[in-house]
Amino acid sequence: MKLYLRFLSMHLKSQMQYKVSFFLSMAGQFLTSFSVLLGLYFMFSRFNDVDGFTFQQSLLCFATVLMAFSIAECFGRGFDVFPLMLGNGEFDRVLVRPRRAVFQVLASKMDFTRLGRLLQAVLVFCYALPASGVTWTPDKLVTLFLMVSCGSVVFFCLFLIYAGLTFFTTEGLEFMNIFTDGAREFGRYPFSVYGRGVLSFLTFVIPLALFQYYPLLYLLDIKTSVLYMLTPVIGLLFTIPSYVFWRFGLRRYRSTGS
Amino acid sequence: MKKYWAVFRIRFSNSLQYRAAALAGVVTQFAWGAMELLAFLAFYKANPAAFPMGFSQTVSYIWLQQAFLALFMVWFFEGEIFDAISDGGIAYDLARPVDLYSRWFCQSAATRLAKAVLRCLPILVVAFIVPAPLRLSLPAGAGQFLLFLVSMALGLGVVVSFSMIVYITTFYTLSPMGVRLIAVALGDFLAGSVIPLPFFPAPFRAVAELLPFAAMQNMPLRIYSGNIAGAAAAQGILLQLFWLAALVGLGRLMMKNALKKVVVQGG
Repeated sequence: MKLYLRFLSMHLKSQMQYKVSFFLSMAGQFLTSFSVLLGLYFMFSRFNDVDGFTFQQSLLCFATVLMAFSIAECFGRGFDVFPLMLGNGEFDRVLVRPRRAVFQVLASKMDFTRLGRLLQAVLVFCYALPASGVTWTPDKLVTLFLMVSCGSVVFFCLFLIYAGLTFFTTEGLEFMNIFTDGAREFGRYPFSVYGRGVLSFLTFVIPLALFQYYPLLYLLDIKTSVLYMLTPVIGLLFTIPSYVFWRFGLRRYRSTGS
Repeated sequence: MKKYWAVFRIRFSNSLQYRAAALAGVVTQFAWGAMELLAFLAFYKANPAAFPMGFSQTVSYIWLQQAFLALFMVWFFEGEIFDAISDGGIAYDLARPVDLYSRWFCQSAATRLAKAVLRCLPILVVAFIVPAPLRLSLPAGAGQFLLFLVSMALGLGVVVSFSMIVYITTFYTLSPMGVRLIAVALGDFLAGSVIPLPFFPAPFRAVAELLPFAAMQNMPLRIYSGNIAGAAAAQGILLQLFWLAALVGLGRLMMKNALKKVVVQGG
């Protein structure tokens, strides 16, 4: 952990060397997800609600997913660019060092410009928390915290799977984007909007709905069972298959040569 | 003319090589389109009266948008061109007896076209056979289809000439990031890639429909779906012609100016 903090401050310092470029990229991150937000606003100003959810309630989903995603991407960036690391043989050096491979890949890259999106999520929360009509009792705040924190773990696992896949393909696979970038874009509506099939897929296969749709029902008092409050925690089970998959890939790893 | 055709052909067959990447892209874009449509379907069910275009028109719009994504994506740039400008490779390009603007133009158009050719067919085929509310319908008629083809070619031209302007600004700023970010975020939205232009609120839409971004994917996709037909389609195509000429003119002018005092980077 201490070592990780060391890496963290190292990356932060090195990125702060190019301040203009840093803030420009951050602004860019902000702008790209802002256009999605604007689209959301336009849709809801035409249709008052979708599937029983209002604009402000949908914003809770948007901000939760965006925040979870940007935290995961900021710290898990090393897995996102893992195909590069594998392709240029850098990964062989990782394997001979006396630390876990996961740790080293994790520490190899952190991208703080991703916090541009985080900032936007915070701003949206500032508006949506009071406007969504939820009475914020302590248990609801805990739910929200669970949604964001467990959500970023799930996104992180998706990055891990993405990296694990590259052990087999060497190249990054574009279709994984559906679950990472796609989930960020489509998570702007509660996942039930997409119909039963998609919802059960996102519950039982890729547990994105567990930290978005079900706890939202609890927040909005549609469901009062504590079970709905704790669904994000169930989503943490996703770490097991993802880590097993990563290990499986790692064992099959054959160097790409130099 | 022949040499530009050669640049186009080389680039085209070069880009055709990446078939596995194209396959992965097809899967992604198909899933993307399906999710997009399911969301629109939910809105349609919530309030069909507020829907600004027919639902089947929206379906056509989204499927074609995904199928021809490579032609119209505003955020796609050729790294090679940026590199040539910022690392000095441009010195070689300038020594060649080829007009640089036309060369880059052909190169970008060819890359986009090759990507689209590889990806569009499987997406279109599947889109024609998915179950009913999400199924892609045929264009309204042969005439409408012809207009669509013309408009699509012009749309590609507008997108490429717009990205040319972004490349050329790099001569002035050296770091492409700033201009590129703003151009992309703004252009993408105004082109109708997040939501189609008819879904914009009325005053906003009136302005957006006149901008060059509306001459990109907006026009061909809406002509295919029958949302714009007859005289309106002809008018739209004229608008596209205007913007194509304006952007190419502006790009050439900017380039001429930049090349007069070009400083080659690197040694």
